[in-house]
Amino acid sequence: MRAPVSWIKEYVALPDDVTTEELARRLTMLGLKLESLTSPADSITGPLVVGRVLSVEAETHKNGKTVNWCTVDVADANGTGEPQGIVCGAHNFAAGDLVVVCLPGAVLPGNFEIAARKTYGHVSAGMICSARELGLGEDHDGIIVLPSDAGEPGDDAFAVLDLHDAVIEFEINPDRAYALSLRGIAREAATAFDVPFSDPAERDLPTYGEGHPVVVDDPEGCPVFVARTVTGFDPTAPTPDWMARRLTQAGMRPISLGVDVSNYVMLELGQPNHAYDRDRLSGPIRVRRAEPGERLTTLDGVRRTLTAEDLLIADDSGPIGLAGVMGGEHTELTGTSTEIVVEAAHFDPVTIFRGQRRHKLPSEASKRFERGVDPELPARAADRVAELLVRLGGGSAEGRTVVGEAPPRRRIVAALDLPARITGIEITAETTVEHLERVGCEVTVEGDRLTAVVPPWRPDLTDPYDLVEEVARVVGYDRVPSVLPTAPAGRGLTPEQKLRRRVGLTLAGAGFTETVSYPFVGAADWADLGLAESDERRRTLRMANPLNAEEPELTSTLLPGVLRALGRNVGRGASDVALFESGLVFLPSGEEAAPILGVEGRPTAEEWAAIEKAVPFQPLHLAVALAGRRERAGWWGEGRAASWADAIDAVREVAEALGIEIETSAASVAPWHPGRCAEVRVGGQVLGHAGELHPKVCAAFGLPARSAAAEIDLDALLQHAVTVTPAPRFSTYPVAKEDVALVVDAEVQAAAVEAALREGAGELLESVRLFDVYVGDQVGAGRKSLAFALRFRAPDRTLGEGEAAAARDAAVARAAEQCGAVQR
Amino acid sequence: MSGPNSDYDPVEVTPLRADEVEAMRDAALAAIEAAADLEALKQARLDHAGDRSPLALANREIGALPPQARKEAGKRVGQARGAVNQALAARLAVLEAEHEERMLAEERVDVTLPTDRRPRGARHPITTMSERIADVFVAMGWEVAEGPQVEAEWLNFDALNLGPDHPARTMQDTFWLEPAEAALVLRTHTSPVQARTMLTREPPIYVVCPGRVYRTDEIDATHSPVFHQVEGLVIDRGITMAHLKGSLDHFATAMFGEGITTRFRPSYFPFTEPSAEVDLVCFVCRGTGTADGGAQSCRTCRGEGWIEWGGCGVVNPRVLVACGVDPETWTGFAFGMGIDRTLMFRHGVEDMRDVFEGDVRFAQPFGVEI
Repeated sequence: MRAPVSWIKEYVALPDDVTTEELARRLTMLGLKLESLTSPADSITGPLVVGRVLSVEAETHKNGKTVNWCTVDVADANGTGEPQGIVCGAHNFAAGDLVVVCLPGAVLPGNFEIAARKTYGHVSAGMICSARELGLGEDHDGIIVLPSDAGEPGDDAFAVLDLHDAVIEFEINPDRAYALSLRGIAREAATAFDVPFSDPAERDLPTYGEGHPVVVDDPEGCPVFVARTVTGFDPTAPTPDWMARRLTQAGMRPISLGVDVSNYVMLELGQPNHAYDRDRLSGPIRVRRAEPGERLTTLDGVRRTLTAEDLLIADDSGPIGLAGVMGGEHTELTGTSTEIVVEAAHFDPVTIFRGQRRHKLPSEASKRFERGVDPELPARAADRVAELLVRLGGGSAEGRTVVGEAPPRRRIVAALDLPARITGIEITAETTVEHLERVGCEVTVEGDRLTAVVPPWRPDLTDPYDLVEEVARVVGYDRVPSVLPTAPAGRGLTPEQKLRRRVGLTLAGAGFTETVSYPFVGAADWADLGLAESDERRRTLRMANPLNAEEPELTSTLLPGVLRALGRNVGRGASDVALFESGLVFLPSGEEAAPILGVEGRPTAEEWAAIEKAVPFQPLHLAVALAGRRERAGWWGEGRAASWADAIDAVREVAEALGIEIETSAASVAPWHPGRCAEVRVGGQVLGHAGELHPKVCAAFGLPARSAAAEIDLDALLQHAVTVTPAPRFSTYPVAKEDVALVVDAEVQAAAVEAALREGAGELLESVRLFDVYVGDQVGAGRKSLAFALRFRAPDRTLGEGEAAAARDAAVARAAEQCGAVQR
Repeated sequence: MSGPNSDYDPVEVTPLRADEVEAMRDAALAAIEAAADLEALKQARLDHAGDRSPLALANREIGALPPQARKEAGKRVGQARGAVNQALAARLAVLEAEHEERMLAEERVDVTLPTDRRPRGARHPITTMSERIADVFVAMGWEVAEGPQVEAEWLNFDALNLGPDHPARTMQDTFWLEPAEAALVLRTHTSPVQARTMLTREPPIYVVCPGRVYRTDEIDATHSPVFHQVEGLVIDRGITMAHLKGSLDHFATAMFGEGITTRFRPSYFPFTEPSAEVDLVCFVCRGTGTADGGAQSCRTCRGEGWIEWGGCGVVNPRVLVACGVDPETWTGFAFGMGIDRTLMFRHGVEDMRDVFEGDVRFAQPFGVEI
């Protein structure tokens, strides 16, 4: 909401020493937040002075254009006192007129520098200004001719034109609809400075004869409807400069007197209103709900199909306006309208809100109605419109029809000490009453309770706590003391919260960089990942209103995000990149139907269970992705390319940081290389997959060949975390080392051989570690040799001669039995 | 060696003569002194202190002497051998020291060579910022609450006094899930966690909830459809706006340093009443609004001296009622700050896109910041 300061001051007697900045600051601290503060003077630098035209010589030039060679008296403003010679293209003035002269050296809006320059055979030393050139409006038909008593030649034109009249733009919160008017803003200014306020809506309401007939079929949707008739209006009458100026300052474009008066009164009082061409109305105005399928062409030229919920203004011909939102094209004022019916009504906020949303037609009117307009305003506003129309456009104001009446004013009962109790500020009962009165309440006190009768322009005040805010903001939020509350002893972070932090620290320590991606995905992502049509991950939740129609789904896997990020890094020239991301994934249950419960009390156990059941499963996942080298190339050598093993090891490292040992086995799952993908399990539960990406996936995401990735269900992993670590027992007797090389078929998994060795070796085995894999002529085609280092130790003695060898042999025998292993 | 001699004087036996022994000793000492390296010293040891060295041989002769002569000869040879061994040890120490010095000198490397074989990792600053914020409150005894991102419409709106026809619902441009009957949204704020907390815990409640939220804003330098908030909720007996102010002042100081406090401005949120916007004393200009000693206006706060930080207020009793908390017994406060926004002005992030694109150059400088 843009409010010219001069307009505010029309209703409130601000102290003289209050600057515009101070006004804006005080209103901000009352809850009308300063958005911007501008004045025309901001974009003009002087010298800009009043001049008297001494002579005007019209000269017609070869290009057919007639210009005026003028001399203008600017007194001493030009430093010489001699008349200033200026070429002017406008013709709406004569010798003797007072005009606005911009002297060389001035800069006008748009960084337009004025200098003495040669034109049409003269040296034009400056410019005679139009309103548009000064940023005061759109009028460029002629220059500004000042009233003859406006000033003397040489006077500063900033003052004469009131160029310092600032416009404050406020951000108005939805609860303060009253501040969408000068009436409301000025009232707040009066409250802020505790000075008198003269209410522009306070006016006599004389009785008139009936005006245009009105029938309200839906008094709930339209509790009050006022129609005022104006006849004999001159449709060609211009909008006066002062009104056009104020509309422009407030951000509206002057259009025609009829429309401008309507808008002006809306800005002044906050009451949206509408003017109909009476000659185009057929029969009475009727307020009713639409018939489904009825049509209306609104003022914006759009033909709209209506629903049974739309509240209409209609006449015998059908709909003529969407109530409180926008008028219809057929009955709007035109350049020949002389008979006018002015509508000012009160509409149900919810009806207007829904209608505006349904038709995607937010308007200045709907913005006010849906937030709540003063229901006692309509008759006053209608009279004000009629008065201005007649004053500025002639004719006469005739009858007034009023249907319905404003609801009784609301009463709120509250404890007298509530403001002090809730704000923590020391506020006396007297202050509470006085401040509530200052914002317009009528207050009575009985014992320790007060009753506030809420003014009609404050439909937002409904609860005792609303009164607390009113008192608090007038007292000043800056008076709220700062006191730390004492919480009961807390338990700190939960084990899961701590472990999640450790996961991130572990991966960052291992050289992975964290990313944060959007969870929005679409068909292209599934295609790029190479997911089969039947892949479970394609079953997703969808947004009804995605930002990008190509990405309407909520992701079921972190891989699209982290692989896109990986591709982006590679695309931007990074060669060795290791990323990780943890975040929720969204898994539909197929039972998404959350109840909308009441708000009058705690939901029942069943209701709460229904909510919990309807909210989709959203486990926390972890993904890693690597491209290029895991160890860089350098003076030390070639470095080491990242591979499937690094993806698995990232998972292993995370698991080990949580005290969890993972198991892996071969799997074949998109988007991984079918021969280089491991299923990751803990205690038999599958947590995810890791390995090298499929070559097609690398290509689709713009990744180098052999890029690797992993994704696991981190929530599930955390369930296995060890919270109480049992202390280890270890022997200090000597270790006996035995190495074995076992030849097995190439398909046999090392983990299986290792498991067999462990089983067979018995209790003396301390550890087993695979240290070499050999494939080649010496073991034959389709075979491989796995070399394991076994360490044996007894808890209570030094192992005797042959004990370790016997255990080793038993281990090898088990490997032979289970995996067909042959010792080399 | 001569034959038996009647006037045999054992003292006069040639190898054991004093001058002979002295000569042997001197020769040995000279050779040791002359040994230029450990190899030469080894040879000198063999020659002059080895089993077949003159002094060793002379030592063997002592046994052949008549008893009365042995003592004198033994002493003479022993002293000579002692002197030689001492010289050997001394020379060995010198040569070994020289050798080590030379070896260490030869092994000198250029320690300014790069050593970063493995690329460094980093956590995302949104993560570390969220944790830093949580820690401030955990230190005061608060706990960290959590909730889902796809949320029931009732919890995101209705329970928070945002009824179906509340104009503020359109201010929070909501991502709705299909189908409409599912009544699910991507949460538009972390406030549904307030409702969840009240519905699942008994007061007193002191929780903070950092998390991800969604609004239908196209991404640009200052907006993103995905962003992060931190929610705070306190429900206890006798809680006032003063406790809210105290908590936020402490939060501000913990995040931005001593002297950085907050200011409240009246505002509107359906779930709080009274409601306030929270401004922070600009931690760059410390509230002066100027930079360069007053020559310029502060870029961080655009000369205002204050930075908009978030929203807060006293929990609306209607919310307490919907969440089963008795407003006659309990009062509370709640606040919500933008984490991304805090990151932007605390660290001078200029473009929101940097936060979400995953370019490692963004997160790297934050390293493993805690």
